[in-house]
Amino acid sequence: MPRMMLRQMKRGQSGVIAAVKVGGELGRRIRDMGLVPGTQITVQGRAPLYDPVALRVLDSTLTLRNNEADHIEVDVS
Amino acid sequence: MTPPITVALAGNPNAGKTTLFNALTGARQHVGNYPGVTVEKKEGFYVAPGGEQINIVDLPGTYSLTAYSVEEVVARDYLVQERPDVVVNIVDASNLERNLYLTTQFLELGVPMVVALNMMDVASDRGIAIHAERLAELLGVPVVPIVARSSKGTAELMAAVLALANQAPEWNPLHISYGEDLDRVLLSMERHIAAQAFLTHRYPARWLAVKYLENDSQIRERGAQENAAASAALDHWVQEASDHLQRTLETYPEAIIADHRYGYIKSILRQEVLSRKYDADRLYTSDRIDKVLTNRFLGPLIMLVVLLGLYKFTFSYSALPVAWLGGLFGLLREGIGALLPEGYLKSMLIAGVIDGVGGVLGFVPLIMFMFFGIAILEDSGYLARVAFMMDRVFRMFGLHGSSVMAYIVSGGIAGGCAVPGVMATRTLRSERERLATLLTVSFMNCGAKLPVLVLLTGAFFANNQAQVMFLLTLLAWAVALLVAKLYRVTILRGESTPFVMELPPYRLPTLRGLLIHTWERTWQYIKKAGTVILAISILLWAMMTFPGLPEVAHERIDAQRQELVASYPDEVVQEATEEGADITELSAPAADLLNRLDVLDRQEAERALEYSVAGRIGKALEGVSRFAGFDWRTNIALVGGFTAKEVVVSTLGTAYSLGKVNPEESVSLAQTLMGDPNWNPVMAFALIVFVMFYAPCSVTVVCIAREAGSWKWGLFAMGFNTIFAFGLATLVYQLGMALGLGG
Ligand SMILES: Nc1nc2c(ncn2[C@@H]2O[C@H](COP(=O)(O)OP(=O)(O)O)[C@@H](O)[C@H]2O)c(=O)[nH]1
Repeated sequence: MPRMMLRQMKRGQSGVIAAVKVGGELGRRIRDMGLVPGTQITVQGRAPLYDPVALRVLDSTLTLRNNEADHIEVDVS
Repeated sequence: MTPPITVALAGNPNAGKTTLFNALTGARQHVGNYPGVTVEKKEGFYVAPGGEQINIVDLPGTYSLTAYSVEEVVARDYLVQERPDVVVNIVDASNLERNLYLTTQFLELGVPMVVALNMMDVASDRGIAIHAERLAELLGVPVVPIVARSSKGTAELMAAVLALANQAPEWNPLHISYGEDLDRVLLSMERHIAAQAFLTHRYPARWLAVKYLENDSQIRERGAQENAAASAALDHWVQEASDHLQRTLETYPEAIIADHRYGYIKSILRQEVLSRKYDADRLYTSDRIDKVLTNRFLGPLIMLVVLLGLYKFTFSYSALPVAWLGGLFGLLREGIGALLPEGYLKSMLIAGVIDGVGGVLGFVPLIMFMFFGIAILEDSGYLARVAFMMDRVFRMFGLHGSSVMAYIVSGGIAGGCAVPGVMATRTLRSERERLATLLTVSFMNCGAKLPVLVLLTGAFFANNQAQVMFLLTLLAWAVALLVAKLYRVTILRGESTPFVMELPPYRLPTLRGLLIHTWERTWQYIKKAGTVILAISILLWAMMTFPGLPEVAHERIDAQRQELVASYPDEVVQEATEEGADITELSAPAADLLNRLDVLDRQEAERALEYSVAGRIGKALEGVSRFAGFDWRTNIALVGGFTAKEVVVSTLGTAYSLGKVNPEESVSLAQTLMGDPNWNPVMAFALIVFVMFYAPCSVTVVCIAREAGSWKWGLFAMGFNTIFAFGLATLVYQLGMALGLGG
C-alpha cells in the first residue's frame, strides 16, 4: 500500500490513516473527530475552489482544509 | 419531599440533543446564558408518570471534553461543579463509533450516565443493527434506544434515568489503559495528585492527570492557580513523557491517548455490538445529494438560487404582516393623538416611544421569516454546505466559511438586518473570527438603509439607478471583507479556526423544531427592542425636542398665521378650518390657505429642530462635516439615523421643512434635494457612502455589545465605523469635486 499525504488523494480514493503528525489545538480537533491511525477514509469531494476537502470517515462526512490535511498520512488502497 | 432530580443532556452536535430536549420538556423551557460566556443555556423540566419532576439542563454539543472552545469548557465545568444526578448522553446510532468517543470521556470522568441511543430509524435504514443490551453490558451503563424525532423510547429513557438517580450512585471513573509508557507516568502523577489533595475535590485524580498529559490549557491554568508547585511537578512529568514519545515514536501524548480511546471503542464494537447489512462504503442518500449540491459548477449556482429564494421568501411573505403591524402602530399613534392634549408627553409617546420602539418591533415579522428560512437551511444541513463551499474565499479575508451566513442575513443581497446577522455569528467557534465577523456585518445594506439609498440614487442617479444599487451592494461586500481583513491582521490577529467540521446528513426539518428555533431567536430580538432601544429612542427624541423654541419665536409665527388668516375672506377661513375638511374638495382659495398654513407649520418645525440640542450638534458638526459636503440639516438626520437608519429620510424631511415625510413616499423630498444648491451628485454619493458605513444603528450596537460580551466592542463599532465612513465620504466628496463631477 503506497503512503501519501491526504492532500494528494484524488476524489473517490480510499485508504487507512497511517499517521497524524500535528499536536496542539488542530491535532486535538482532528483526533476528536475520529481521524486517528487505523481509520478508513474515502475522499468524497472537494469544494468548488478545490479546498476544503470532504471525507467519508466512519459513518459521517468530515471536511478539512488542505493545509490541515497536510498533517495526515494515508496508506492508500 | 426529596429535592428534584437534575439531569444534564450531553452529546455530539447533530446527535439530536435539541430534538430530545424539546420532546422531553415541551414548551416548558427557559433560555439563558452560562455565566460569563455567550453559550446558551437551556433548562426545562420533565414530569415523570409517577409525578416526579426532573430538571433538564441542555449542555452545549461537543465532540470531546478536552478544551477546544468554550463549549467543552462549559460542559465539563457544569458537570464537575454542579454535579447533576444523571447525565443523559445522546448518541447518534447511525454514527456510533465517533459518538462513543465522548461517551468514553464521560465514563472516564465517572459521572452517573444513561446512554440514549438516538436515530435508531436512520441506523436501520442504513442497514446498521445495534445490540443495545450488549453495549450496555460492555459500557457498564444503561443504554436505551430512542427516536427523538417521534418521541419513541423517551418514556423508557426517563424511567432508566429515574431508576439510576434513585440509586444515587457514586462517581465511578473508568480507567482505560493508554499503553505502557503513559500508564506508568499516569500512575506517578496520580499518586502525586492524591498525596497533595490537588484539586481532588473537583476532579478524579487520574482524569486530572490525563488532562495534563493532553495539554489541556484551561485545566493547567486552573491547577497553577490552585497549587503552583504541584502543578509544576505534573508539568515536569508531562514534559518527560512528551520528550520520550517524540524521540521514540515521533508522536504526542494526546495522540496516544486518543488512539487508545478509539481502540477501546473498537474493541467494544467488535464484541457483537454492531453489525452491518451493507458494505460500509455504500453511498448514502445524503452523499448522492451532495454530488449535486456541492458540485464544482452546479453547487455555487444552486447556492445563489437558494439564497435568493430565502430573500424572496422573507420579503414577499413578511410584507403583509409588516404592513399590519405598521397599521397597528398607526392606530396607536392616532389613539394617543386623539386622547392626550398637545404637549411634551404626547410628543414623547408618539415620536419617542411609538416611532422608536414601533420602528424596531415593526421589523419583527420580517425577522421572524428570515429566521424561519435560516432555520430551514440550518436544520436540513444545507448551511454546513454553504460554509464548505465558501470557506476558501472567506479565508483570504481572515474569516471562516461559517461567516457567510451572518453577512447574507445582514443584507449581503441588499435588504437583511444586521441584528439577526450579529446573532448568527454564534456558530463561529473562534473568538477572533467571530468578532471580526460581527464587527463588519453592519456594513451590509440592510433593509433600513434601503429607503435612504433608494431616495438618493433615485434623485441623483435616476438614469442608472439599478446599476448604482448593484454597485453599492458590491461596495458593501468589499468594504466588509477588507475591514475584516484589516481587523484580522491588527487588533484581532490570530490563528484561524480549523475547518475540521462535520457535514451532517441532509434531513427533513420538523415544523416543530423550526418553530421553536424561530421563536427563540425572535424573542431575543423583541426583548432587546423593549428595553435598551426604548431608552435610546426617548433620549434621541429629547435631543431633537429640547430646548423648545423660545416664546418670542412662537409668537412671531403665530402672528404670521393670524396675518395670513386675516388676509382671506371669512367664508374661506370658515371653509378651511371646518372639522374633517378634505383638501381635495375645497374651493381653490381655501385649499390655498390651508397649504400656506401648512408651510408655516413646517417652518416652525424646522426652526424648532434647528434650535434643539440635535440641531445645535448638527450646526457644530458642520465645521467638520463640510469636508464631506454635509450641511447641518444632513447632520441632524445622521444623528437621528442612529436609532434606525430609515430615520435619516424622515429627519431630512423635517429638516428641509417638509413636515412628516413618509419614507415610502419620499418623492417630494427627492425633488427638494435636487433643487437645493447644496446638493449635487457627488455630495449625494458621499452621503450614501457615509450612511452605509457609519455607526451601526442602536439595536445593532446593543447586539454587538451583548454578543461580544462587552460594551467596549459596541462603542468601538460606533467610533471606528463613524470615523472610517467619514474618511471615505470625505475622499469621495473631495475627489469628486476636484474632478468637477459636482455638476
Ligand atoms: N430521523 C431522525 N432524525 C432525527 C432524530 N433526532 C433528531 N433528528 C433530526 O436530526 C437533526 C439534528 O437534530 P438536533 O436536535 O438539532 O441536533 P443537536 O445538534 O444535537 O441539537 C434535526 O434535523 C432533527 O430533526 C431521530 O431520532 N431520527
